[in-house]
Amino acid sequence: MQDTHKLLSFTIPQLLRWRVNESGDKVALREKDFGYWNNYTWKEFYDHVRKVALGLEKLGIKKDDKLALIGDNIPEMLFIAIGAQAIGAISAGIYQTSLPDEIAELINYMDVTAVFCDDQEQVDKLVEIRDRIPQVRKIIYEDPRGMRDYQSDDWYLYIRDLYEMGAAANAENPERFDALIDQGKPDDVCHFCLTSGTTGLPKASMMTHKNYINMGIQITKVDYLADTDEYLSFLPFAWIGEQMNSFGVAMATGITINFPESVETSMEDLKEIGPHFMFGAPRIYETIRSQIWLKIDESYWLNRFVYNKFIKIGEKAARYRMSGERMPATLRFMAWLGKIMVMDPLINQIGLRRLRRAYTGGAALGPELFTFYQAIGVNLKQIYGQTEITGIAYMHLDGDVRPDTVGKPLPETDCKISEKGEILSRSPSVCVGYYKRDEQTEELLEGDWLHSGDAGYIDENGHLVVIDRVSDVMHNSKGEMFSPMFLENKLKFSPYIKEAVIFGDKQDFVAALINIDPIVVGKWAEDRGISFTTYMDLSNKPEVAELLKEAVVDINARAEKEHFKIKRFAVLYKLLDMDDGELTKTGKIRRKFVREKYKDLYDALYDESVSKKRVEAFFQYQDGQSTTVEAEMSFYTMEGVA
Amino acid sequence: MTTLSVNEVTLSFGGLNALFDVSLEVQPGLITSIIGPNGAGKTSLLNCISGFYHPTSGEIFYGDHKLNRASPHQVSIMGIARAFQNIELFRGMTVLDNLMLARHQNLRYNLLHAVLYLGKASREEAKNRQYVEEVIDFMELEPYRKHTVGSLSYGIQKRVEVARALTLAPKLLLLDEPMAGMNIEEKEDMVRFIIDIQKERGATVVLVEHDLGVVMDISDRIYVLDFGVLIGAGTPDEVVKIPKVIEAYIGEE
Repeated sequence: MQDTHKLLSFTIPQLLRWRVNESGDKVALREKDFGYWNNYTWKEFYDHVRKVALGLEKLGIKKDDKLALIGDNIPEMLFIAIGAQAIGAISAGIYQTSLPDEIAELINYMDVTAVFCDDQEQVDKLVEIRDRIPQVRKIIYEDPRGMRDYQSDDWYLYIRDLYEMGAAANAENPERFDALIDQGKPDDVCHFCLTSGTTGLPKASMMTHKNYINMGIQITKVDYLADTDEYLSFLPFAWIGEQMNSFGVAMATGITINFPESVETSMEDLKEIGPHFMFGAPRIYETIRSQIWLKIDESYWLNRFVYNKFIKIGEKAARYRMSGERMPATLRFMAWLGKIMVMDPLINQIGLRRLRRAYTGGAALGPELFTFYQAIGVNLKQIYGQTEITGIAYMHLDGDVRPDTVGKPLPETDCKISEKGEILSRSPSVCVGYYKRDEQTEELLEGDWLHSGDAGYIDENGHLVVIDRVSDVMHNSKGEMFSPMFLENKLKFSPYIKEAVIFGDKQDFVAALINIDPIVVGKWAEDRGISFTTYMDLSNKPEVAELLKEAVVDINARAEKEHFKIKRFAVLYKLLDMDDGELTKTGKIRRKFVREKYKDLYDALYDESVSKKRVEAFFQYQDGQSTTVEAEMSFYTMEGVA
Repeated sequence: MTTLSVNEVTLSFGGLNALFDVSLEVQPGLITSIIGPNGAGKTSLLNCISGFYHPTSGEIFYGDHKLNRASPHQVSIMGIARAFQNIELFRGMTVLDNLMLARHQNLRYNLLHAVLYLGKASREEAKNRQYVEEVIDFMELEPYRKHTVGSLSYGIQKRVEVARALTLAPKLLLLDEPMAGMNIEEKEDMVRFIIDIQKERGATVVLVEHDLGVVMDISDRIYVLDFGVLIGAGTPDEVVKIPKVIEAYIGEE
């Protein structure tokens, strides 16, 4: 750790250069292509970055220019980003699921002058908005597939041609690249990271080299990573979680980043790589758990029997382990037996066997899910942070995992609770502010202190507990406080519930709109000979309602406070979806929007006389066409809830 | 580049003429479509070209090669591949195995090599795997590489069927209703694949298809068959104006 201080004095490109001297022939990046894992050593990584940097300079891109990145994760994305940073330009991530209009708005807001796209799909979006983004001088693309019609237009540039320009420039002046890199300062802004934008306009947080590198260093102080460790890059690059790992952690520790063959194959690739740590939004862990449950359910009786027996023992042992208490000897033996016989082979099937730590962040995760993962032998830990503090500020320490908290501050991070109950943090990873949004920056930063917008408190063990967004906490008609997210997570723990939206602000009781999980409920219905056609049809089955009622009764029975109990619910006829604007890009519910969109349903939920209602379901297809379907929705009242 | 020409081909089964005096020409590098109502003889014509049937009279030439009496494997060696209307894959085998198997005519090693799997055999296998992987990448089948064909959805199976034909590195590709039974999204994907096959892989495409929208969109030339007789030919714009074609499709006024 004597290097720590030295590392902090580097920019990301400088750190990369240092890495090449340390372990130049070690594999830095690995990408699956044509069914084969191809390696890039740190030296090759650096060579590509050099070619990109010098090529970009030839294109006329200079210090403080902005270069946007749109696409799935590929090594070239890093070459371009760090190449741009090497000449002092700023890279900016845009989600690959963004629609053309949104991209135009973001490009203009961030003053982007060049864009990197991975394939034709993304390039086509820019073609559509070309006349609205006149300042964009070049579109660089990686995959030439389908680009034949664009080749005559010099607005587009194939990445190989960029490499060639860079290589030629390097041959001309071999000292140029080092000179460029040396100009960088650790406190320079190097990347714009869009905040998820639960509300209103997206904002770009200005991240510095030091923000990322400090993050990489501080995490490894808590959770050691060896340079032989593997990481699978499957989160969207525009999300801070991914940059944190590829700019920060990988550079600081020398681990290998693996890029999946395609988004669809990432779960398969996970199995092949067997990463040592992973980071993801709760949704990923929920999906994996559902898959496990489904597979177990489909398995033959002996498997099912053994699994059901040992998962209970595992959960019991997990509670001891998480709190760091000493386990009774018999339990320890049984848990060990379960690990050898059931759990290890099970997690090996999904590719989590080598995993030392799995982090979850971005949104809250139900406590039961923690226990589940700890029980099957995956060390799942909550982290808490925000884009503006480079992702992570708080996390659980090994042997001190408390499902209801988000853990302790990372080294070099200070925490304070404001008078209003808001969480404030301070660390070298706090961003400089928002680009061109001075007003919001002022609200965000108070001196060194970063406002989180989350309500929370520090418990007796020194752990931070996050309640909800300060703005999201709701009060019922009696003024009693509750957190909708907290209740939604409880609902979502049921394997049958994919998504839930809790209402009840200024109302007499709590009500929920529920999305069933099409796969799990579909299988459940099949097993019972309940026939159904579409998701809509399945959602409206009385049997499914009974199933959900059981789940809600169960949750109500365990409610911490009387006013947390869910009184009425309805099953929504469609899955909440990002493309329909109901979820943010990171999968959080856009509460206000959902309430407005389903105003009819909301009103019916709070009109206790309604048990059935005809609704018009509106569907918008990807090609712009839309249809309206009439459907009947049922509303259910739970008995015994005041 | 080689032109496929069909000259006055008649195909009879007993007294029934499946094709009668059909002549057409497939220009290299273009997409040529053959359309017509059910039972018009479209698939019969493809069968004649690919060697499953032999015409009763008339001639079929692929460049200088006469295909009249050629067997299917001889036709495929000449660079003509076909994707079938009813998926003809080994359902119990994986996508990868199906595609590797389709490359068997390109394997240049003997039984002894295969048994020992040394030197030549493994090199050849690796070379073919490389080619197959390129096709998998091209047809975007990566997620299904190790899945058995029978477990895949119909749309994906169709894609595998086209991929299987592509692994033969065809110069001329015969596609028999590649879009039948697909939803809009799958159709759009398939159209993109067909255009890419023509433009990027440089293959000549003969397309038999019912979806007129697709045919009009992507064809360079269209031939219309009805009851085994050619009733019209031309570019999409020309074909829609031919009265007989309108009659065959929409009926008489």
